[in-house]
Amino acid sequence: METFPDILPAEPTRVHVGFQVNGESVEVAFAPHKTLLEVLREDLALTGTKHGCELGECGTCAVLVDGRPVLSCLYLGLECAGRRVETVEGMAPAAGLHPLQKAFADLGAAQCGYCTPGILLTAKALLDANASPTLDEIKEALAGNLCRCTGYIKIFEAVELAAAWTRGEDAEPRKETLYGTDYDESGLLPVVNR
Amino acid sequence: MMRLPKFRYYSPRTIADAVAIRSDAGPEGAYVAGGTDLYPNMKRRQQTPKVVVGLSRISELSRIGEQNGRLVLGAGLLLSNVENDPRVRAEYPGLAHAVSEISTPPLRNMGTIGGNLLLDTRCNYYDQNYEWRKAIDFCMKTDRQQICWVAPGSPKCLAVQSADTVPVLIAMGARAVLSSGREEREVAVEDLYRNDGIDYLRKRPEELLTEVVLPAANGWRASYRKLRRRGAFDFPVLSVGAAVWREDGKVTSARLVLGGVASAPVRLSAAEAVLAGRPLDKESIEAAAAAAAGPSRPMDNTDFSFLWRKEMTAKFVRSALADLV
Ligand SMILES: Cc1cc2nc3c(=O)[nH]c(=O)nc-3n(C[C@H](O)[C@H](O)[C@H](O)COP(=O)(O)OP(=O)(O)OC[C@H]3O[C@@H](n4cnc5c(N)ncnc54)[C@H](O)[C@@H]3O)c2cc1C
Ligand code: SF4
Ligand code: FES
Ligand code: FES
Repeated sequence: METFPDILPAEPTRVHVGFQVNGESVEVAFAPHKTLLEVLREDLALTGTKHGCELGECGTCAVLVDGRPVLSCLYLGLECAGRRVETVEGMAPAAGLHPLQKAFADLGAAQCGYCTPGILLTAKALLDANASPTLDEIKEALAGNLCRCTGYIKIFEAVELAAAWTRGEDAEPRKETLYGTDYDESGLLPVVNR
Repeated sequence: MMRLPKFRYYSPRTIADAVAIRSDAGPEGAYVAGGTDLYPNMKRRQQTPKVVVGLSRISELSRIGEQNGRLVLGAGLLLSNVENDPRVRAEYPGLAHAVSEISTPPLRNMGTIGGNLLLDTRCNYYDQNYEWRKAIDFCMKTDRQQICWVAPGSPKCLAVQSADTVPVLIAMGARAVLSSGREEREVAVEDLYRNDGIDYLRKRPEELLTEVVLPAANGWRASYRKLRRRGAFDFPVLSVGAAVWREDGKVTSARLVLGGVASAPVRLSAAEAVLAGRPLDKESIEAAAAAAAGPSRPMDNTDFSFLWRKEMTAKFVRSALADLV
């Protein structure tokens, strides 16, 4: 589909690279100019990592390399040699969900879900380093992850909730977040026509 | 997918090897550190090097340490490592702040301080994909035979200096170490730049930036202020680096540097002179700010109206100096 002139003569086309993906050692052969995003999606069939702008502007392609969030659209696959890569597919434990995944689901912090993998991983790196982030720290950590539908308030609240759970607190979602400010005494029924 | 063009990739372990490979490649070659500038440019076919020399595995480039009271930052240090280094935070808060204003946390986990100093100049007519640029005809920065879309009569490209660390590094008098394999030279960061959007660096293409050297942190303070549309992240479209040296409550010397208004950083010598010998107070700051607007001549090729950016210059100089009172 590319319309630009292909400027290179045929090159030796593949490199073999060994690294860890979600705790498993893999060895993959791919063209040296492929980004980690392309390698994950096309060579490892891990399509949980999304492609958006592909220029470093949106954050949906974020994955963790050696525990730090990076943008896989600007990271060469072969730079991963010997490193540890985590994608959204590796977040949940064998049974159940990661606290962030559960909090995002409970709070409706994902609508279309396209930004969600990148946000979950970026937030995971934050919580791994800081068990009690302030709201400002959460906002700063997620400053590079654009969401075009949910809005950021629920996303920030979901990270706060997951952080509380991870600290062992018995926290619950705020009713206002779930039902808005107009809900009846039971907390269950939104009041539509009073 | 917006794919990278094909290239041969090298991952040398030493500075000498990196320079040798880069020299052999000639005009077909490029260094890459974090790739957060080079790879988007390659995806847009602004640059299509056939040999890319990766610097990430040269451990020498990621060192940080003291040398005769000066702090030496390896050019390959990640921006996030510079930003979070306890010494940088404590002794060079102006720089720590400038780094924290660069793009976003994941990009600062990839981008390096060296890559920031050497960031390509930017322009609304250039930072577009290949098809977009082709559709209106390429401008001079892609094809030297063409005209400049911003100023069709201009003999040179006017793309904009946009790296956040540069104004504050120049203000504090930081120096850069360049290696060409066997030889090394140290230059003032200020002398790295040329006011030309295409040939914006005064360094030979194969010269490797190895270190950024910060002067001993006493007797002066530095600050950085940046104008951008979105607080979350955006390139600077006007920025001010300021540093002030003081003795007995009086300014002995000052350096004020604008970013985002020309192809090179702009020194505000007249405004600097206004401050000398006076205390840093409301009046002297007002006088310096008034002298700052003249030399600020932004072009209409980045975000916001250029007239408004010019108008904001005095206000941003005032805020940068007020940070130092
Ligand atoms: C979405 C987005 C937002 C951004 N926002 C900002 C911003 O707000 N402010 C800002 O300043 N920047 C911004 N950037 C640009 C970039 O991320 C930073 O400037 C970063 O510091 C570049 O470093 P790098 O290591 O990734 O550079 P690279 O892309 O690796 O290199 C940049 C250039 O320098 C050369 N180079 C790199 N290291 C060396 C060396 N040691 N010796 C010789 N040549 C070298 C390369 O050949 C290339 O030409 C943004 C980028 C993106 C994608
Ligand atoms: S300033 Fe002119 S020549 Fe330079 S990139 Fe912009 S349009 Fe092209
Ligand atoms: S796809 Fe990587 S940042 Fe948008
Ligand atoms: S949920 Fe749709 S972009 Fe965030």
